Formats: sequence, structure tokens, C-alpha cells
Amino acid sequence: MTEQDVPVLDVRAMSKVYGEGETAVHALREVDLLVRRGEYVAVIGQSGSGKSTLLNILGCLDAPTSGRYLLEGLDVADLDERQQSILRNRQIGFIFQSFNLIPRTTALANVELPLVYAGVSRRRRHERARAALELVGLGQREDHRPNELSGGQQQRVAVARALVTTPALLLADEPTGNLDSASTSDVLGLFDALHRAGRTIVLITHDDEVAERADRVVVVTDGVLTERTGTVAQQSSIRSRATT
Amino acid sequence: MNVIEVVRFAVAGLIANRLRSLLTMLGIIIGIAAVILLTALGNGAAQYIQGQITGLGANSITIIPRTAGGAAGSTSGASARPLTAEDAAAIADPQGAPDVAFVAPVVQTSADAASGRNTTSSTVVGSTPDYFPGSNTKIAAGRPYDRADLDEARKVALIGRTVADDVFGVNSTPLGQEILIDNVPFQVIGVLEARGQGGGLGNPDSNVLAPVTAVQSSLTGYGDLSQIVVGARSTDAQAAAESEINSILDRRHRIDNPDDRDYQVISSRQLAQVLDQTLSAFSLLLAAIAAISLVVGGIGITNIMLVSVTERTREIGIRKALGAPPSAILGQFLVESVILSVLGGLIGVAVGIGGTFIPLGDFKPVVLPSAVVLAVGVSIAIGVFFGGYPARRASRLRPIEALRRE
Repeated sequence: MTEQDVPVLDVRAMSKVYGEGETAVHALREVDLLVRRGEYVAVIGQSGSGKSTLLNILGCLDAPTSGRYLLEGLDVADLDERQQSILRNRQIGFIFQSFNLIPRTTALANVELPLVYAGVSRRRRHERARAALELVGLGQREDHRPNELSGGQQQRVAVARALVTTPALLLADEPTGNLDSASTSDVLGLFDALHRAGRTIVLITHDDEVAERADRVVVVTDGVLTERTGTVAQQSSIRSRATT
Repeated sequence: MNVIEVVRFAVAGLIANRLRSLLTMLGIIIGIAAVILLTALGNGAAQYIQGQITGLGANSITIIPRTAGGAAGSTSGASARPLTAEDAAAIADPQGAPDVAFVAPVVQTSADAASGRNTTSSTVVGSTPDYFPGSNTKIAAGRPYDRADLDEARKVALIGRTVADDVFGVNSTPLGQEILIDNVPFQVIGVLEARGQGGGLGNPDSNVLAPVTAVQSSLTGYGDLSQIVVGARSTDAQAAAESEINSILDRRHRIDNPDDRDYQVISSRQLAQVLDQTLSAFSLLLAAIAAISLVVGGIGITNIMLVSVTERTREIGIRKALGAPPSAILGQFLVESVILSVLGGLIGVAVGIGGTFIPLGDFKPVVLPSAVVLAVGVSIAIGVFFGGYPARRASRLRPIEALRRE
């Protein structure tokens, strides 16, 4: 198997249960998911369906209750806390709904942060962070603090921060949830460009319009994953018929 | 991820919360300054009192008769013998007391000192020239009486500042003038340096010093001695001289039990010992108070760091999501608290040392270098110890839980 063939994400029979006994909540029930290099996957589902739980586990922020999770062919369960932090640093770029920039810190410093933890020298760090900010179209705003940027600009800084370590996987959790329509198309345009450049993207959303842009759509319902086949438009019409 | 980056994050964190950082440091500043200032006060007081004791006369020993029944359990009050010229002579014998350098027998009496219409009450102290070094008496003007004055019983006198002021006028230097002591004319040959109250028994400034022979022939008669002032050969020989004096006088006064002694030997060494013990207890008390304030300051650091960790939980979560290892988070918060405590410690040292320049009564605080080193060491330890717990808590937060917190 060549490097190209190793799936970026390989999830097998993964479950996540919160609580115990009768009050136990099954957020994920034995789900399987395979994401190959360069794929753009949208995960959609209602709130409480388990899609955020899935993303947190994929991002090594949370541990599954059972099942296997291979990231770039590596079993995450075998790693200790320090190794997991290295994995998050090198392989995963996070984009959150609420941007999650560090307050009172410039855009450039925010983008540099993952590189600091990666041990990149100061000069290289500046170069790469600037390049990432240029890429998202914020080269002129590197000295601005989060509170001096609009929501869309903050999210673009967050995208730059997620990109700067050239991770194998970009994980986005409702990245447009807090944005107006203009900023939304801005950020989604950015994702399209990244996808064309060959990045692997897993994006969570409850918005069909956002999901439309992805290669693949996975629906989460009560902790179970179903691959949606056919075009998004068809699916939408089926669902709207079902609801009426 | 190197140390410099950890320190940079820590400094940035502290600067982002300037007021809180300053207030936290204030606790440490006060604690450390208190340690330095209070130990300096204790030390300064000790040095001041030591100086006062040596002012009583270094190496000098004073023997006074013990009043009957003065000592607890003394039953031999009736048989008490006064100190005599023979006692003084026996102590002066180098065979019996090799550690004694000189002996000055002292005769003391109250008398009126007068000149013209001015009269004042004074204490006449008749002794030998050795009395001057023995009692650490210093002369402001004129000369001490000498061996010749003593041998010829010349009526010459050195008068204290108060006597000079009262009889001859304030700040006068009546050298060569005549002063009537209980109507006996003495010639003033010197004025003593003012010593103020507290330089021993009575007020040395109302003393009139004259040769013992002149005092005995004209004022007191040839009776018993009021006290004997003895000088030891050196400070180290003082203890030996004391025991020699005790054995000579015990023999001469036929005393078997030291509790029954009809005389008392007082030395600056004994005084110094007693005061030393008192002062070290005093210093310990001050240090304990200071230590308490340091602990309170340290708890302040824990408190603030816990608040800081709680408040920045989300930031910690973001950092973890971006790949910060637990050690980097631990380091950041630990360095923050160490910076707070060390900076506070250094400012505290400066404030403490600065505080010792504030004039305080008679004595000057003296900074103990060991207290400064200890204070700085303790402040670093406080940073690590009291900051360690919040820092550990921060580093162990699970990223998902940290991110969920608003």
C-alpha cells in the first residue's frame, strides 16, 4: 500500500457513550467512516445528533468509548497525552464555530501559535504565518487583534491558523454558523480553494447549502452515520417531501 | 517549543492582566519587605543594645555590696560585711587574680555642690585614675586627676554636665574655678562628657569625680567602700577575672555558699548574655510574624492563579487543540507565578532595604544579608509551590472540557 492509499481517517465500529446505566446517552453507535486524501466531506445532522461528538473524537479532543480510530494509519488509542498533542499539532487543523482566537493577541501571533508548539524558529514562523494570512486575504491585518476584526475576518484568521502547519486534515465545526451570508461565502470560497489545492476537509454543518459544496455528505441521525448518495438537491427534495 | 517561548507566553499573560498581576505581587512585596525590615529592626536593636553595654565600660566589672536580705533565701544578712580597702587590695594582688588589670576602689556620697549663689545636689565619686577607663567615663574638657593628685589628696574635681550647668551656667567650661562641695573648696580641673540618663545607676551627669584620698579626708572619712571597679586584662579574660574575684572575696568574707554572698559582681558580659537571649527571642518573634505574612502572600498567588486558570480555561482549551503539550501549559502557568513571586520578591527586597533608611528613634535597622538571600529564595519557592497546583490543574484539563467552558 503506497502512502497515497493510506486513508486519512479510518474509523471502525466507534461508539461514544456519555454517562452510565439507565441514564447513559449513546452519542455514537458503532459508526464507520473512511476519508481518503483530498476528499471534502460534509457531516450534517440536527443538533444533538452526535455530529459534534464525532468531530471532537476525530480531532483527538475526546476519546471514543469503544472502536478503533486510525489517523494517517496510526491508532490514536495507543498514544499518550503528549503524543496526542503532537498529533493535533501536526496532522489536524481546527476551525471552530466561535473562531476561538486567543484574545488580546494579534492575528499574526494567533496564526503563529501552532508553529510555536511545533518548535519552529521565530523567523520561519513569521514567514509561514504571513504566507498563511496572505492566503486567506488578510495580509494587511496581521497586527489587528481579534476584537478589531469582523466575524468573517476572525474566521479567516482561524482558517490561516489551521492551515499554517500544513496538516493532513482540516476539521471545521460549523465554521459559518456565526457568520453573515457574505462572510459565509467568503469562508466557503476559501474551503473550495483549499479543496482544489488537494487538502482533506471534514466539515460539520446543519446547513444544506454549505454541505452542497462538498464531494460527499454524511448524515448523522441519533448517533448513526448514513452516506447520502445522489446529489444534495435530490436529497433535499426527498426530505422536504417527508416532512410535509 | 523552548523555554523562551514559554516565558514569552507567561509574560504576555501577566501583562494582559496588569492590575491583577500587580495586586498579587503586592502580597509578596509586603511579605518579603516585612521579613527584611523586621529582621533588620531586630538586628539593629541588638547592635544598639550591644553598643550601650560596651558603653558601660568594656572589660569592666563592678563589685557592689549586697544589701541584707537582698537575695532570695539569704539568711546571713546580719553577718554581711562591707567592702573594704583591704578587699580592693586583695583583688589587686596579681598572685590571687592574674586576670585583673586594675582595681579602682570607689567611695560615693551625696553632697551639695555650690559656687556663689548657685547650689545643686550631686553625687561625689572618689576613686583612683583607673576609674576613668573602668567606668568608661569620658572627659569633654580639662584633664583627669592623676596619680600625683591621688597621692597628695589634692582637692581637684571633674564635674558632670548637669553640675556645670546648674552651678556655673549652661554650657559653661569652668576650668580652674572653685566649687564648694559641702562647703569644702575643690578646684575644677575638668568637665565630663554628657551621657544622659541610663548610663548605669543614677545620673552620671550629676557626678563630681575626685581623688578618693581627697574625698575621704574632707567628706566621708576613712570608712567602707561603696563599690570596687575592676578592669579585666581583656574581654576574653573577663570570665576568669570574675571567678578570681569571687574566690578572693568568698575567702575574705568567709562565704561557703554562693547564695549567701554579701557582695555582687556585675559585668557587662553578664548583661550582654541576658540581653542577647532576650533579643534572639525577640528576633524570632519578628521573623515568625514576617513568615506568616509571606505565607499569606503565597496563598494570594495560589488564589489568583486558580482564578486565572479558571478564567482562561477556554484559552487553555484552544492552545491544547492547537497542539500544546501538557508541559507547555504547565510551564506557562508555573512561569507566570514564578515571575510574580520573584519580581514581587525583588521589589520587596528593595522596599525592605529602603524602609530601613526611615529614622526610627535611637537605633538604626541593620539589614541582615542572610535575610535578603532567604527572602529571595523563599519567594522563588513560593512561586513554584503555590503556583504549582493551579498550573498542574491547567495542564491536566481535558481539551474538550476546556473548550466547552465559556
